[in-house]
Formats: sequence, structure tokens, C-alpha cells
Amino acid sequence: MADGNGGLRLGERIGEMATRVRGGSVWESMFRPGSPLKKGYSDSPRNRSYVIMNSVLYHLHPVKVKRHGVRLSYTLCLGGLSFFLFILLTITGIFLMFYYRPTAEAAYLDVEALSTSVAFGSLVRNMHRWGAHLMVLTVFLHMSRVFYHGAYKPPREFNWVVGVVLLLLTLLLSFTGYLLPWDQLALWAVTVGTNMGGFTPIFGPGVKFALLGGIEVTGNTLLRFYVLHVLFLPFVIVIFMAVHFWRVRKDGGISGPL
Amino acid sequence: MVDIPEHLLQRSAEARAKALGVPVEQVLAEMRGEAPPAPSAPAEAPTPPETAAVVEAPAPGDPDATAEQTPAVETKVVETEVVGPVETPEPEAPQGSLAPVAAPAEASPEVASPPSPVSGGDAPLAASVSPRPVAQPEAIPEGVRTQRLLTVVKARAIQQVKSSPADKVNTWPHLMIAEFTALLVMTGFLIILSVILQAPLLELANFNATPNPSKAPWYFLGLQELLSYYDPQIAGVIVPGISGLVGFMAIPYIDRNPSTKPSDRKFAILLFTFFLAGSATLTMLGTLFRGPGFNFTYPWADGIFFDDLKDWVDFG
Ligand code: HEM
Repeated sequence: MADGNGGLRLGERIGEMATRVRGGSVWESMFRPGSPLKKGYSDSPRNRSYVIMNSVLYHLHPVKVKRHGVRLSYTLCLGGLSFFLFILLTITGIFLMFYYRPTAEAAYLDVEALSTSVAFGSLVRNMHRWGAHLMVLTVFLHMSRVFYHGAYKPPREFNWVVGVVLLLLTLLLSFTGYLLPWDQLALWAVTVGTNMGGFTPIFGPGVKFALLGGIEVTGNTLLRFYVLHVLFLPFVIVIFMAVHFWRVRKDGGISGPL
Repeated sequence: MVDIPEHLLQRSAEARAKALGVPVEQVLAEMRGEAPPAPSAPAEAPTPPETAAVVEAPAPGDPDATAEQTPAVETKVVETEVVGPVETPEPEAPQGSLAPVAAPAEASPEVASPPSPVSGGDAPLAASVSPRPVAQPEAIPEGVRTQRLLTVVKARAIQQVKSSPADKVNTWPHLMIAEFTALLVMTGFLIILSVILQAPLLELANFNATPNPSKAPWYFLGLQELLSYYDPQIAGVIVPGISGLVGFMAIPYIDRNPSTKPSDRKFAILLFTFFLAGSATLTMLGTLFRGPGFNFTYPWADGIFFDDLKDWVDFG
């Protein structure tokens, strides 16, 4: 609607601009055919397929899935939630890395400063910590769900094995992160944990020595756990997750209804 | 009727013309004119140019077969045309049971006979006729084989066979909306939790002040609890190492019962439930009921000796 000066209202201008951008060649180049963000998207069976098939989503999902697999009561979304939590942990973890130095002198002070004098520092640290606990829980529950459905039976045997590796990696990620605040809780929990591992005969003491970078927890251990926690283990777990998701699909999607 | 792509036809004609020493056009004409009727309505599968796959299968009538699904195929015969020095690398046999079959062009009757109609169940290793005419044996120079059966691949070995149409829905919007909702709920829950509960940060790490009790993170506390009952050599090795990891990985290979119906697998369910209840109990015991010296305490009487929790669980 035109105002006294013959111009358009702000809202209309923005709307017009949006239409122009969505019709433009730059926008056009960004989305492949069938994207709901493209100009003139309409809800048709063909476009519903294209939304998946013509986008990166195709790396994660097939175009169609079994009806019962969509029901929340079947998977309880536990595998998906484990993955979401991993992503949330990655995001919050990157934030934490900006403020944290993995040395025996600085680590504790950095975490303390983060909680008291960084905007949202305390919230993000809490999210990272509780999120990690939650992820251990959801992965464990996901495993139980898979067991009770007998979803590890052929052809999914190997994906169960991949899953057990994922569980182990999740625990290791959580455990290496536990040391990083370098407070009494961290130090002694890791001491107890690595002592337990050290009881394993033959390779136990060797593994313990390699993990700790010595015979007991020191500043070396802190650096080692840090590198494992922010680089090595996430890298490995992403690879295993990729295999895991790919196998879910290649094994014929979610297992059948009971 | 098989439609052989023009470029494939051209290439094979050229190759044969070279081998036989005749003009290409002649061979091409021969191929076009004399092509024997193809076996029972096979469908041409998209293949790399080096091979032509002849697939005996009824065209899938399943409307659900989206772009991702390969049509249900029982047997796939891959043939290739090789002339003179072999350039194409020999494909490996997928498994010992399916050795690559090399069949010279002096086709034995078996190769030339049309494949038996393939019924469901275990697919026989059917050989198939090449849609191209077989050159006369005497016309082939010594040592030149114009055709070779490289391998016979059992369809089941390389792909999922969709046996029955399933009840399916579009991922977009149905699954995506469910996932997105779960993501929002989880994010919301985590934010609220993190606003309410402060993560613990005790005093600076001190090597000279061992807290009593010293506890592992909660997910290892079940193990720590076990360690307090048994010799560490047993609890520290057998429990996590063998039963924990290897044992868990072996579950699908031990449980050979094919049924997923709960009523058919009472024993498996019983065992797993026992495991769940056991680990939950041990973890709770280790977390809440162990005090100084890892001795038994009641959390409501003596308080909680678990630093992750003690700030926000209060029994008054
Ligand atoms: C980081 C940890 C893990 C992630 C992110 C993850 C993710 C997923 C996802 C998204 C699915 C699809 C179905 C669903 O959501 O339930 C799935 C299925 C599956 N997962 Fe996991 N998973 C993890 C750990 C595990 C573990 C510990 C096991 C078992 C030991 C396991 C075994 C399986 C199996 C067998 C399936 C197929 C289930 C079916 O077809 O019904 N996964 N996983």
C-alpha cells in the first residue's frame, strides 16, 4: 500500500526484495531443483522426493523410510539424539576451546574464569558437561533399544559391532574430558579410572603408561587427554558414525516392526 | 528385446572388424541384421562401458522402488568383449564359491542355450547368451578370443533384494519433522538443565590431598563397585575386557535365533534385562551408597559422596 510519499511500506519493501532475491540467479545457483527454499516450491510427491534426493540430506536419509520407523515409539529417536548431542557437544566444545589452555598451571584458572567472567561461559560449560553425561546415557539406552528389538540380527550383526565401538569411544571421550578442568574431582576420578584399567594384565600397565604419559597423572597427562579429547577421539568417532549410518541404510533401513 | 547402446555396438564392431580383418561397416550390418532374439525380455542395466550386463528379471512393478532401490535382480551375468591383448583388468571373484568363468567364444552349447527361467529362492548360476552374434570359430585367428564370460554374480551377494513392498512414507516431511522436533526438545532440555544445575568445579588439583572416597566418573562406578568385591585381576580384566567388549561385540554371532519376536527370545531378553538391572544397581551402589573408604553408607543418613551430584541433591 502506498503511503503519502508514494513509497512502499517497509514490510512490503522487504517482501519485494525477498522475492527478487529468490528469483535471482545467485539464489537459484545455491539450491538444487526441488528445494523448498527455491522460488515456486510446491508440495508434490515429486518435490518431496527431491528435497532429500537433491540435497546433502541424501547422505543421511533415503527418500522413503518405513512407516513404523518414523513412529517415535519405535526407535525413541535414541540413535538420532545421540548424534544430535554429539553435534551440540562439538559446538559447545569449540566455544570452550577458545578459553582453555591445557597446562597444569592454566587449565583450572581458565575454567574458573570461564565460569565467572565470560559471557555465557558458565551456561556453555554446563551444557557441555551435562550434554556429555546425557550422551553416555542415550547411547547406552539406544543400545538397549536395539537389543530388545533384536535389531542386531542378520543382516545387522556388523552394525552392532560398530555400535559397541561407538559406545567405547563415547565413554573414552567422556572420560578424557573429565580430566580437563584440572580440579580435585578431575584428578582423582581419572586416577581411579586409569588404575582400574591398569589392572588388566599384560597390556594393562602399558596402556596406562601411554595414556597418562607417565606412571601417574601429571601435566603431561593433561595435554595427552586434551589432544585425545578434542582431536583424536572426535575424528575417530565421526568415521565410525559415518560407517554406522551408512550400514543402517544399506542393511535395509531400520529393522522391521516386531 | 535388448537395446544395445549405439556406442557399445560401434566399439565391439570395430574390435571384431580388426580381429577378423573385415570392414567395420560389414560387421556392424551383420550384427544389426543377424542378432538373435534376446532371451526372455531382459532389461539392460546401466553398466560401465567395458561391460554389458544382461539381467534376467521381470521389470520391477513396485511403485515404491525409488531411485535408490535397485530393481530386484536374481542373477546377473556380466560379459565383456575382449579382443587381442587383454587390456581390461581381470575382475576378482567376489567369493571363493563364485570363481570367474572364462568362456571362449567357441561357445559350448551350455553358454549358448537360453537361461532357464529363474524362480525365487536360491538363484542358480545361470549363464546367458550374449545379445551379440557369436563369431564363427574358424574365422577367429589363433589366440584371439572375442568374448569372455568374466564372472557370474549372484545378485544377493552384491545387493539387497527387496522381497516385498513395504509400507513407506516420504522422509520429507514425515521423518525430518520428527527428527527436528526431537532436536529442539533435546536442545531445550539441555539449556534448561544447564541454567538450573551448575557443573561442579572443586579446588585445584592437588596430588597430596587424596579425597576420601576417590570415585571414578559415574559410568565407571559400577566397575569400581565390582572391583571392591573381587580381586582386581578378575574385576579389572574379565568384566570390562572380556564380557564387556568382546562379549558385547559377539552377541549377534552367539544369538543365532533368527526371530525378533519377544515371545521367541525370552532367554535373550531375560539375560539382557539382568545385565541392565545389574549394571544399574552397581552404578547406583557405587554412586550413592559408598562413603569414606568406599564403605557402605546410606545417602539419606550420611550424605552423598559423589561430587557430580552432591551440590544439587539434598536430603535435607
Ligand atoms: C555414538 C553412538 C551412536 C550413535 C550416534 C548411533 C546412531 C544410530 C542411529 C541414528 C540409528 C538409526 C535408528 C535409531 O535412531 O535408533 C542407529 C541404529 C542402530 N544402532 Fe546405533 N548409534 C550409536 C551407538 C550404537 C551402539 C552402542 C550400538 C550397539 C551396541 C548400536 C547399534 C545399532 C544398530 C544395530 C542399529 C540398527 C537398528 C535398527 O535397524 O533398528 N549403535 N544408530
